[in-house]
Amino acid sequence: MFTDKLKQDVRFIEGLKACINCGTCTAICPAAQFYNYDPRQIADTVQNGNDTEIEQLLKSDTIWYCGECLSCKTRCPRDNTPGYIVQALRSLSIKEGYYLLSEKGRQQLEIKRRVGDIMLKYGYCVYVDEIETGYHPEQGPIWDWYRANTESILKKLGANYKGSGAGTLRKIDKADMDELHKIFEETGAMQQFNKLEDEGHE
Amino acid sequence: MNDAAKKKYWKEYQKDIANDDYYYARSCIRQNFFPGSEETFLKILREVLGKNVFDDSHQTTCTGIAYHSSIVPQQTTMTVVARQFSLMNEAGYKNFIPSCVTSFGIYTEMMETWEHFPETMEKTKKHLKAATGRDFTLPENLVHTSDIIYKFRDIIAAKAKYKLINKATGKPLNVVDHIGCHYAKIFPEKGLGGAEYPVVLSGMVNAWGGKVVDYPERRHCCGFGFRQYIVKENRGYSLSNSKKKFDSMEPYKPDFIVANCPGCTYFMDRWQYTIAEMEGKTYGENGYGIPVLTYEEMAGLVLGFDPWKMGMQLHQVSVEPLLDKMGIKYDPADKYKDANGSFIGIPEKPNVLKVF
Repeated sequence: MFTDKLKQDVRFIEGLKACINCGTCTAICPAAQFYNYDPRQIADTVQNGNDTEIEQLLKSDTIWYCGECLSCKTRCPRDNTPGYIVQALRSLSIKEGYYLLSEKGRQQLEIKRRVGDIMLKYGYCVYVDEIETGYHPEQGPIWDWYRANTESILKKLGANYKGSGAGTLRKIDKADMDELHKIFEETGAMQQFNKLEDEGHE
Repeated sequence: MNDAAKKKYWKEYQKDIANDDYYYARSCIRQNFFPGSEETFLKILREVLGKNVFDDSHQTTCTGIAYHSSIVPQQTTMTVVARQFSLMNEAGYKNFIPSCVTSFGIYTEMMETWEHFPETMEKTKKHLKAATGRDFTLPENLVHTSDIIYKFRDIIAAKAKYKLINKATGKPLNVVDHIGCHYAKIFPEKGLGGAEYPVVLSGMVNAWGGKVVDYPERRHCCGFGFRQYIVKENRGYSLSNSKKKFDSMEPYKPDFIVANCPGCTYFMDRWQYTIAEMEGKTYGENGYGIPVLTYEEMAGLVLGFDPWKMGMQLHQVSVEPLLDKMGIKYDPADKYKDANGSFIGIPEKPNVLKVF
């Protein structure tokens, strides 16, 4: 059942050709060096097609450990891409609601609020006005100085901060923002955002 | 191996880079964290190289960060990409040059998906039409903006005011080149030199007098990891990967690091500050960090641009040790002045990391 659902995602088809279980992906994987994570096992599990095992994977933290650097795509001697398989598993986990059963999966709501909402508000995936050193202490004191003087610094650098027309950090016109919003509605992003909000509150 | 065979063998490590008339796709990360770099790029192309570049006000995020964090469906990203191409069509351009390495990977991935699964192209066309009324055609040439600077590196070298040479010793500066994963690891054939011999940055460094440092973790990811950085609780992943690189490059005493990906530049700058404050460890000389530059900043310094007009005061790791080594003349006071020359105050100093 889950294999059929995964096959509806072209990333799954592209990502799983025929895994020979050599473990090269795990050897090169930055996530495997940091987490208890093994992309070889993920490829093996989905290739075996056992529904119970795939369901466990969909409910686990495991699929959320990948950093999507895609180093595995470069190195696989059989042209598989465990990173693409993970993308398909994550999408299915969200669709089925299984992401709520893992701590890492439940972080999707926070990402939606920190990236998704910013895209809908500004048209950028990140925006200087919304980044605080409280949540991002690694930004350092330079960031507090930049935030306190954003307008004057950006003017010196020739940016067009919140201005109309082209340029660095310009304000994106309403007509363009409307097109972005309509694309999000047409292609399911808005529905996914609503799902993350609704289910995250339950 | 005969000449024909050599040519064929190396073809997959080369790529066609259009000579002029570019449609510039801006980077969310670069604009926010290195806001002077994109203006520097445009200045180099227009004023130094005499090229035509279109900077479009209508473009938006490509959604790359959201896509790789699994909060938007692939179809959303495909359709946003299609809209960017439609804007390029509308402006009358065929050569698409994204500033962001994640975006470069996104545009390349969506184009390859459309090729491998033509039904996804048809679906995207329908979605774009329904949402915006637009149609689109693909670019004839898609390269990263660092490819453009690489292509014209010898012209820049001929116009250079400074070289990547230590003025006091006359020796080449030791330079760490860091290439963003999505430049060539997803689609090696789309990167200069492929994934095995990426030359996009080392080519610039060599042309401008520097010496590239080859160290064990040279090709390791900076550790962004998308959701691994965005969520505070996961951020140790990102920090640990950068630390692995710093520890590996430290014995080679790099004078600076240069990256073509805006995210990598940002992380390698900020994680040095974090490691210094958390563990008291610094990687540069005398308690400073190793300066981390965007490739635009590196090119701008070589051409004699004012570092404070390129935004190099926004790095947490001070760049002055590098400026001094290169013999660049700069006014230290200008670092903290606005466009009118008025003093705007100075940032607080970190507790451990030494800054100017």
